[in-house]
Amino acid sequence: MPDETLPETPPETLPETTENDVTEVTEPESTVEALESVERSDSAAAKAAEHVLATVEPTVGVSKPDTILVADGVQRRFGGMTAVDVDHLEVQRGVITALIGPNGAGKTTFFNLLTGFDKPNQGSWSFEGKSLAGISAAKVARNGMVRTFQLTKALSRLTVLQNMQLAAMDNPGENLFASLVKPLWSGTEKRNAEKALEILSRFKLDAKKDDFAGSLSGGQRKLLEMARALMTDPTMIMLDEPMAGVNPALVQSLLGHIQALRDDGMTVLFVEHDMHAVRHISDWVVVMAEGRIVAEGPPAAVMQDQAVVDAYLGAHHDTDLGDDSLLDPAVLARLEAEEEKR
Amino acid sequence: MEELSRILTQAAGELIAPTTAAYVLAAIGLNLHFGYTGLLNMGQAGFMLLGAYGFAISTIAGSPLWLAVLVALVASILFALILGMPTLKLRGDYLAIVTIAAAEIIRMLGRSSGLAEWTGGQAGLRGNEFKDTFAALSPLPDGRTAIGPFEYLNNGSDSWWVRIVGWSLVALALLVVWLLTRSPWGRLLKGVREDEDAVRALGKNVYAVKMQALVLGGVLGSLGGIIYVLPRAVQPDGMARSMTFFVWTVLLLGGAATLFGPVLGAMLFWAVFMLLRAGMREGMAGTLAPDQVENIGGLVVGLALMLLVIFRPQGILGNKKELAFDAR
Ligand SMILES: Nc1ncnc2c1ncn2[C@@H]1O[C@H](COP(=O)(O)OP(=O)(O)O)[C@@H](O)[C@H]1O
Ligand SMILES: [Mg+2]
Repeated sequence: MPDETLPETPPETLPETTENDVTEVTEPESTVEALESVERSDSAAAKAAEHVLATVEPTVGVSKPDTILVADGVQRRFGGMTAVDVDHLEVQRGVITALIGPNGAGKTTFFNLLTGFDKPNQGSWSFEGKSLAGISAAKVARNGMVRTFQLTKALSRLTVLQNMQLAAMDNPGENLFASLVKPLWSGTEKRNAEKALEILSRFKLDAKKDDFAGSLSGGQRKLLEMARALMTDPTMIMLDEPMAGVNPALVQSLLGHIQALRDDGMTVLFVEHDMHAVRHISDWVVVMAEGRIVAEGPPAAVMQDQAVVDAYLGAHHDTDLGDDSLLDPAVLARLEAEEEKR
Repeated sequence: MEELSRILTQAAGELIAPTTAAYVLAAIGLNLHFGYTGLLNMGQAGFMLLGAYGFAISTIAGSPLWLAVLVALVASILFALILGMPTLKLRGDYLAIVTIAAAEIIRMLGRSSGLAEWTGGQAGLRGNEFKDTFAALSPLPDGRTAIGPFEYLNNGSDSWWVRIVGWSLVALALLVVWLLTRSPWGRLLKGVREDEDAVRALGKNVYAVKMQALVLGGVLGSLGGIIYVLPRAVQPDGMARSMTFFVWTVLLLGGAATLFGPVLGAMLFWAVFMLLRAGMREGMAGTLAPDQVENIGGLVVGLALMLLVIFRPQGILGNKKELAFDAR
């Protein structure tokens, strides 16, 4: 997947007018401002997640009370460069785990390995107790671990609704021979369409159901990709930079949706390179730098971790920063701007 | 004036000619490959030639009609599996390279002297050797029939019987493709065309879907091959790269990923092509030799294909809007 290694797409700076109908709140000027006004969900699931993780020691490789995903000794090298080298990682069930790290840390590569889109040089991992090493990407998805992509993959010349319907599992009409006999699949198709419309309306995309997915804005495509993943009824959803390239007006509702997934009982693992973005909504944060996991813990603790600050500062030797100045939105905005200039 | 009407009648005859029906079948197959699934099959002529050989050789060996057709279809299924297995897991361009080479290999094998005992080598197989079982099935009385400006033998090589069977097969193929493409399976094909990784991420077996499309389109190509040789002989050099190229022109002219694109494309292509060649033959009888007429005809087709792809890539029946956001 060479396209996955492209540098992060810069956020759209011009708000798209077509997205106005998707926002309920007054429109923020910038992503930083949008993130400031994100509120942590006060649902029972959020509180439970916080409660159970409070007992977990914030150290790298720590074991969790109820793990859904475990990775051991996963390594991926490209030529001489080790892109991923994860000794041990456990992901807690039913919480939002953020996987953060500067650009090039190996987050996408790690995602590709876990979801069967790339093969490691060594290592093993299991999902719900079942080993997934060497399993094809499609089988990983059928096991309930479904991902989205950093560079959105909308099926452009299918309508929004068709994108959704295609994602539903176990459709008898997807068998070559059964597809010829409509009565065999028309019932399933109808139920899937109803389910699709329900999810689309949650994402405020129902008005666009008959539009080609290719005609949507970048942010709407991200939402569609997330909605589409939900059509598979995943146990765990893996989102690669769901906010990249999304205009600030949509970021808030996107983060709201991610929390709603957790509140519905799903496990969420999402990748983000901007650590500021994750602190409001994630229950647990895992930090990657140069392929290794350098820290993990609850968001507030992780952001004060010296290893994390170093990881992020590694790319900014010329910036003089205090230890916790990374929590300051203004500094972060400056760092982001610097990053984009590269 | 009489010349003009003869040329026009000849061109109109192409609209219902067996060759046109054969190209429609092959283009419907290619449409499943390229139009719906995004597979770059650059060797559709290979499938057609294999169908022709499969049918003709087994008929000459004494098989009844149904068995000869079955042999042709099984040959193309195996061919598709052999081509697909190593390539469909790789990027799209590999299939293109492998199909173009494989079609050439079929032709080279066909014309090689080593296999001449069965294939007739470079000279091929004469029509009279393999069309008896097909002709025997005709319920039509012997004689000629004229319908409007079209007058053909009822039975025989370039007959009404070949036309009836050829276009009935076209109707059947259209029905099947319509049923398939409106179904969830058809949606899966289009999903693979748009972005196969996205489809894979949703738990679908992309490899199997692509293989099914490749086989099905290849089978249609081989049926087209049988119809193509029924009014003539099996000649390997007449079913070479330029045939693949004509099938592509037919598909792109009519409109890829449309149901009737291959039909409209083939009719228009052969009518205009005939008009062009017959016009040149009549109008410049003294100045151009027959093979020059063919060469210039081929040249014009190439030029037309280029102009088509540049100025109307969606073809006649295609939807311009769909092409506007081709993400790749
Ligand atoms: N297919 C590939 N071939 C060579 N190098 C790659 C490939 N994929 C990723 N890399 C390299 O691996 C490192 C990690 O990349 P990636 O996983 O995309 O980082 P992140 O998602 O954290 O920004 C980068 O240095 C990148 O250039
Ligand atoms: Mg990445």
